[in-house]
Amino acid sequence: MPDISSHLFVFMLAAFLGLEVIHRVSPLLHTPLMSLTNAISAISVIAAIQLAGAKETTLSTILGTCAVAAASTNVIGGFMITDRMLKMFKKREAKR
Amino acid sequence: MNLFLATISPLENSKLTSFLSTATYLVAAAFFVLALKWLSAPTTARRGNRIGEIGMAAAIIGALLQYHVVTYEWIIVGFVIGFLLGAPMAIWMPMTAVPQRTALSHAFGALAAALVGTAHYYLFDLKNAPPTSTIMGFLCLEVLLGALTFTGSLMACGKLQEVLPTRPIVYKNQNILNLSLLGMAVLCGVLLTAHPQWSWLFPILLVLALAFGVLLIIPIGGADMPTVISLLNSYAGLSASMMGFVLNSKLLIVAGALDGASGFVLSIIMCRAMNRSFTNVLFGAFGQLQTSAAAATEKKTVRSTAPDEVAQLLEAAQNVIIIPGYGMAVAQAQHKVRDLYDQLTQRGVNVKFAIHPVAGRMPGHMNVLLAEAEIPYDKLVGMDEINDEFAQCDVALVVGANDVVNPAARYNKSSPIYGMPIINADKAKTVVAIKRSMNPGFAGIDNELYTLDHTLMLFGDAKKVLGEVVKQLAETAVTA
Repeated sequence: MPDISSHLFVFMLAAFLGLEVIHRVSPLLHTPLMSLTNAISAISVIAAIQLAGAKETTLSTILGTCAVAAASTNVIGGFMITDRMLKMFKKREAKR
Repeated sequence: MNLFLATISPLENSKLTSFLSTATYLVAAAFFVLALKWLSAPTTARRGNRIGEIGMAAAIIGALLQYHVVTYEWIIVGFVIGFLLGAPMAIWMPMTAVPQRTALSHAFGALAAALVGTAHYYLFDLKNAPPTSTIMGFLCLEVLLGALTFTGSLMACGKLQEVLPTRPIVYKNQNILNLSLLGMAVLCGVLLTAHPQWSWLFPILLVLALAFGVLLIIPIGGADMPTVISLLNSYAGLSASMMGFVLNSKLLIVAGALDGASGFVLSIIMCRAMNRSFTNVLFGAFGQLQTSAAAATEKKTVRSTAPDEVAQLLEAAQNVIIIPGYGMAVAQAQHKVRDLYDQLTQRGVNVKFAIHPVAGRMPGHMNVLLAEAEIPYDKLVGMDEINDEFAQCDVALVVGANDVVNPAARYNKSSPIYGMPIINADKAKTVVAIKRSMNPGFAGIDNELYTLDHTLMLFGDAKKVLGEVVKQLAETAVTA
């Protein structure tokens, strides 16, 4: 039996921390923010890895592999596009 | 089901690997928080993204080290597919398509959560060792949120890509149908929580949640997309967090909660910027009200103008504020806006941009497009900071924005956008609005700004007419 109450505490603290940190993000960067948090929540890839690699049942392997594919699309694409966007934000005039 | 109990292990070295995994997970969680912290300002934002990547890489290595990962072939297959899907999209996708990609990535994230949840349910030994009600409750929430976010985000993506009709589609008893569908899905979840072994309910829960996701987005119009995308963002994160409860993984809980909080904050900001509530966005069917409101207003005269006249006007101005909207994105006019910015700043004209929080189709949409056009970000000013400056503004140039500059929002109680904070474009000495035609915008309402005495309408495709204005300015620069 996992310790639900300590999990709930972790959830509550992380949620409040998230609210605090996100409030400080400049509205300039709201689009990259969304793609970054999306990439971060693709951490579900670790659960997918455990399913795809555990060789339990055929169904779990298939679903796990699909989940790895879906989550890693976000991991790879999410961080890459966030960087591509952030690179564009420049304070000074760029020479053209 | 030793999958959940990393601490009990049949293998000798399992203690070491599970310690290593835990360590990498801890590092990952810390790095994710740092990543969001550094994202607060453009100067540190790239560092934030980098540390997020490192945290993710650490966590993935930690997961691969887990002793119950016995075969790597399927993991590699998954990664290759993920790379082939994710990388080309990230590298070649035009910046104007960012809202679609974001919606699609919410769909992928939610799909992963729903699939993992489904797999875990069918891995339970329901006869001999059924899961506890607590675990089952979290699993149902995970699958419910994951499935509805998956189809909902796909729908949103389709609407943004304009494969699906962008206008809100409404029909009789829509809200009753939607709510009863959700109610039935929740009921399935509750029953499953109480009786995990009633496995026939599980596919029903899945189907109901998938259907609800589709129906939820059908009545949403383009103008509401920023809120809805943020809300779906939040759901996808919460779904990952619920997965953490099921799997006993604090890293998943933390990362999911961060994502959930972020989507939540953004949707509140978006709602506030439209003076509407969540329920109003989700169940209000924005587009419907306005058609009736539009019919009531009588025809008024508009003054139209030509690019050369606008060029002269801008040249003579000291302070110019440009108000971009979704129309700029549609016309891909951001680079022409940049040319105009160059021409005017060379002449010593002070040019700024007024960004409404809900301009475009997702939070921050306009900022990304203008940054892509290499406009320095300190010229992009939020609505609240810039609104007082319109009194000193000689020309307010509206490029493809509509509802966010409609003065009716201030006083016309019968207007559907009444109470929505707007950009004070009408307070400028002269207003120039670039628009394709006099057709009403997304909200379907007449815009009083266009019929004001000091407003000039410049009809045409934003990219084309701005190009002509820039050409005029360039020519006068040569002769002068």
